[in-house]
Amino acid sequence: MTDIAIVHNLSHRYGDTLAADNISLRVPAGVMAGFIGPDGVGKSTLLSIISGTRKIQPAEKPGAQKQNTEDAVNRVEVLGGDIQDASHRRRSQPRIAYMPQGLGKNLYPTLSVAENLNFFGNLFGQGAEERQRRILQLTKATGLDPFLDRPAGKLSGGMKQKLGLCCALIHDPDLLILDEPTTGVDPLSRQQFWQLISSIRLQRPQMSVLVATAYMEEAQQFDWLAAMDDGKVIATGSPQELLQRTGCDTLESAFISLLPQEKRDQHKAVVVPPMTDAQAEPAIQASHLTRRFGDFIAVNDVSFDIQRGEIFGFLGSNGCGKTTTMKMLTGLLPFSSGEARLFGQLPDPDDMATRKRVGYMSQSFSLYAEISVRRNLELHAKLYALGDEQSAQRINTVMQEFGLQDIAEQLPAELPLGIRQRLQLAVAVLHEPDILILDEPTSGVDPVARDQFWTHLVDLSRNKGVTIFISTHFMNEAERCDRISLMHAGKVLAVGKPLALAQQRGSDSLENAFVDYLKEAAGIRDEETDTADNTQVLNADADIARNRLQQHSQQQHSRGLNFRRWWAYAWRESLEIQRDPVRLVFALFGPLILMVTFGYGITFDVENIRYAIIDNDHSRESRLLTEGLSGSRYFQQEETPASYADAIERMRLGKLTLLIEIPPDFGKHFILGWEPELGITIDGAMPFKAETTSGYIQGLLLQELQQIAAENSLATSVAYPVNVQNRFEYNQAFKSVYAIVPGVIMLMLALIPAMMTAVGIVREKETGSIANFYSTPVSRLEFLLGKQAPYVVISFLSFITLLVMAIVVFGLPVRGNVAALALGSLLYVTATTGFGMVVSTFTKTQVAAIFASMILSILPAVNFSGLLSPVSSLSGPAYLIGNAFPSSWYQLISIGSFTKGLDMAELWQNFVMLGVFILVFTGFAWLGLKKQEA
Amino acid sequence: MNIKNVTELGLKELFSLRSDPVLIFLIIYIFSIAVYAVANGVDYDVNNAAVAVVDEDRSALSRNISAALLPPQFKTPVEIAASDIEEKLDKGEYLFIVSFPPRFEKDVLAGRQPEVQVLVDATAIAQAGNGANYIQQIIQREAIDALSPGTQLDDLLPVKTRIRKLFNPNSSSVWFNSLMQVINSITILGVILTGAALIREREHGTVEHLLVMPVTPAEIMLAKIWANSLVILVASVLSLQLVVKLWLDVPVQGSLLLYIFACVLYLFSVTSLGIMLGILTNSMAQFALLLIPIVIIMYLLSGGTTPQESMPVFLQRVMMFSPSTHFVTLAQNILYRGAGLESIWQELVILAGIGAVFYSIALAKFRKAIVTMG
Repeated sequence: MTDIAIVHNLSHRYGDTLAADNISLRVPAGVMAGFIGPDGVGKSTLLSIISGTRKIQPAEKPGAQKQNTEDAVNRVEVLGGDIQDASHRRRSQPRIAYMPQGLGKNLYPTLSVAENLNFFGNLFGQGAEERQRRILQLTKATGLDPFLDRPAGKLSGGMKQKLGLCCALIHDPDLLILDEPTTGVDPLSRQQFWQLISSIRLQRPQMSVLVATAYMEEAQQFDWLAAMDDGKVIATGSPQELLQRTGCDTLESAFISLLPQEKRDQHKAVVVPPMTDAQAEPAIQASHLTRRFGDFIAVNDVSFDIQRGEIFGFLGSNGCGKTTTMKMLTGLLPFSSGEARLFGQLPDPDDMATRKRVGYMSQSFSLYAEISVRRNLELHAKLYALGDEQSAQRINTVMQEFGLQDIAEQLPAELPLGIRQRLQLAVAVLHEPDILILDEPTSGVDPVARDQFWTHLVDLSRNKGVTIFISTHFMNEAERCDRISLMHAGKVLAVGKPLALAQQRGSDSLENAFVDYLKEAAGIRDEETDTADNTQVLNADADIARNRLQQHSQQQHSRGLNFRRWWAYAWRESLEIQRDPVRLVFALFGPLILMVTFGYGITFDVENIRYAIIDNDHSRESRLLTEGLSGSRYFQQEETPASYADAIERMRLGKLTLLIEIPPDFGKHFILGWEPELGITIDGAMPFKAETTSGYIQGLLLQELQQIAAENSLATSVAYPVNVQNRFEYNQAFKSVYAIVPGVIMLMLALIPAMMTAVGIVREKETGSIANFYSTPVSRLEFLLGKQAPYVVISFLSFITLLVMAIVVFGLPVRGNVAALALGSLLYVTATTGFGMVVSTFTKTQVAAIFASMILSILPAVNFSGLLSPVSSLSGPAYLIGNAFPSSWYQLISIGSFTKGLDMAELWQNFVMLGVFILVFTGFAWLGLKKQEA
Repeated sequence: MNIKNVTELGLKELFSLRSDPVLIFLIIYIFSIAVYAVANGVDYDVNNAAVAVVDEDRSALSRNISAALLPPQFKTPVEIAASDIEEKLDKGEYLFIVSFPPRFEKDVLAGRQPEVQVLVDATAIAQAGNGANYIQQIIQREAIDALSPGTQLDDLLPVKTRIRKLFNPNSSSVWFNSLMQVINSITILGVILTGAALIREREHGTVEHLLVMPVTPAEIMLAKIWANSLVILVASVLSLQLVVKLWLDVPVQGSLLLYIFACVLYLFSVTSLGIMLGILTNSMAQFALLLIPIVIIMYLLSGGTTPQESMPVFLQRVMMFSPSTHFVTLAQNILYRGAGLESIWQELVILAGIGAVFYSIALAKFRKAIVTMG
């Protein structure tokens, strides 16, 4: 037997944590190979390295990685080549499929089932017809075919995993890597999932499957296992071999006995003593509880009573209404009809006392991932108002009970799923609540930790009278409950003691009984044979497909730009935008509103200057002067101040901009030609306004005085020696709108495209769907340009609407060439979306992406682009920043085309510069984006 | 309302912020380099304007006039050929082109009032008007000096004017821009930091988790408000003291304490606005897109860039609902004009009132928005 993957002395660390500790391993080809072990032992790390999505860290001995010998360090061979070798990775990626951990992690929730599959088909270069055929086959085989148009986000967990599997199988991989694919999936779906895999393997025995799992019952079915602990492989071999070696009869106990002594000691079998009943009032009551979301009934007429101290299990497929019921119990969601009571009381959002008696753990991780484990616990202790002493003691206790001491200072963001779940549990029990509402608390937690947790729960229930309401997918956990309730599609199918339910159904195990109930409720009879038949069809053209695929990858391997893969991303991004019409509306109407606002609002036309006159003369001349000033549209007279001090005080409040003092005997002196002195005081706080005011008032005074002089036939009229003619080019009326409107176009096409693109890319990092980029043959450039394209289109549409508005509403003529303006705009939005791509490479969260794109582009676009003051008069860093950003170059194209009547011929340098920006930004983004996870 | 909860959640907020180096870098950038660059680089006043001269006279007078176009207002004029005028203006290389006709000096001396043409690129609206005005004065001054050496322009006028500019006697743009940029930074940060932090918590389900605990929406909101406000307040006061006063050497008058007080009220209203936006939108992408128009309007129309009075009356009224308008007025009155509490308290009350409105809307919608998400 050949080996599908060979690992030589692999080590991998995250900060101080050693996730892989000098692992050497040979994984046989053509089998189901399982990786079992507790959380955080390095299973995921190992699988992601084998899949080529995670970068192997450089060996401490340089050069050792390269050697092709047994003692090579940090060398991993997959499909017969070094996976760290980029060209080998490019060649093998079409043969590998990788499904990362987490329900629907690699799916796009707003896209339908068919669209998700189409996306993956495109990534692997399949034509429309081929995709169509494969999608039909795969969805038939998995029973997803009735739901082709349902958005992936609205599927149940089991269906999500099936869809994920379909997406992984669409290109007939030779190596299928599944990281905890059935975690958080109900038993029926789990059963169907494995049936599906085995029937596919039946047809394609050459396919190797690598699976990490926390379910030992599943692992029992595998051909080959690697048991891992603490970054090391502690045993390998077939399940039988492992059982023989340890002399155990279940894999679960075999695994426990393989653990080092100290860890084995921690494990205790869970014993549930019988409940001592006869408690007076029920702790949790639900009667005819119903919740609707629009037409959808999430919870339908659910009733149950839970006694104090009872452990009540809640079982059901994903999306059956368990979580909604729990949220109603906690008071998070109001109910549509019926009622729920805790301790006999209706949930009341303002009732803090009841909340202190409840501990809740939600399904997804909802603690703060960016503050340390200890700090999370401390925060909760304080919020539950535990005293200092009590909280210190409780924190110590739970950290010990849940094994968190060693990671107290680490951030949850860096911890594996199972350990984060433990932390959530620790938080839920921290304040010693009377009721615990736990939504799948043990999903993704390893067997040892699960048993520890249950020991703890039993203790709470039996010895402290804590009522526990828990949902789970583990049947051995369900068996430990006092009573369980089976739920499906919003309805309770059955309630009772686990054993009684199994007997009712006439089956030997609860699991079978449950599956039976679910099948009955879902109307499934025996579809196993169907599934097998369908997979046969599925395989009929697999070999043809592979041949074509290999040709494909030789002809157009990832180095060049593959149109179909680019299109896969462009098309998907456009769909996601379409599914969020609010975003589209904001993107198109926001700029229009801003154009109206700014077109009218930003004005450098200084008007309505508020002035006052203190007339100490009261002569005919001073009155004439006063009247003359009040006629000007630039000035607006205010009430005469009582005194100079009063006027200054008003100026201090910004209520007065200009004060003119006419001295006593002004008129007399003026007539006499003694050149009397007028006092002018201007509020200088805003320099631009002050300067303009000063210019206006001097001109106006002169004009008025000349008129007075002329009327008096005085000889003081002044004649300037030169006749200076000002010609205001491009904007004769000298109205701000002519300059501002083209500027607003520049501004809007800078900020919005950059931000949309940055958020669009970083969103993938935050939701984890970036994994598809790591694991498929799509190249960095295809990914970037594909993501960028829809935003370029939207931004260009935005440009057209802005252009129409400028012409229609503001009556702005395009004096130059519209085509040139359009071309310039296209280049410009390509450059600004490119800037968004650059921002996305150094930001990890959407918050940071918004922030960075806003802050980094607002200065060059608003202040240094020529919008407010010309680039030619900028100085120092402002000049450099202005020129190093596309806005200032486009501003000339925009304003040149609108008001200056310029054409390509005059503006060609600006077009070239925009082209340079496109290249540079794309280049930076390309360099900054890594094809493997660090 | 439990003050301890507000304190604890706020401290958490600070720890979260500390873990994001990109955000911290950007906060520092926006309060230091950005303030410096805008203060020094941007000038709505005529400064460093590029001038060209077409001299068909080549006389002593035309040369004197050219030589009198001096920094800081003007760059040294460049002589160009008459045929290049259009191209140079088109490309935005020069803002002003002064052209002297042939026999210019002779005509001046003969009292024939020759015509000098000043071509102005009027798309540079902020500088065109004032710049043309300055150039005109310079031309007249030089011409008068040529006619009768020693005579001043003022001597020819029928009155004398004594112009005094209060609060900023040299009309320095640096004074004005630096402070206004600090205010703009406060606005941007206040809205984004708080709003985005809330959206992130909604997307990650952490707020929902808080609502199961003995914590009220008001406590969650107040925690975000105080923590983010504190960070921004400290950063902005440091910026005012170190960047504006020390580095840029701007003499800030008025009471710093009063300014801080006004700033606290302003931060309350912008952070509340951020929270409100975070409640009214459903995803980070939507929040980002809604944010742009709001922030840009606050950035440009609050009176910190162009004069409020010149805006259409309708728009002025609308902008009265924006806290930034009131804060710009307050900051200008306190820091430039040295106004005291007794004369500005009304603005302070309005500012707090606007904040209270945002806060109440957010509070009213909080629970529903959190629970129905996702």
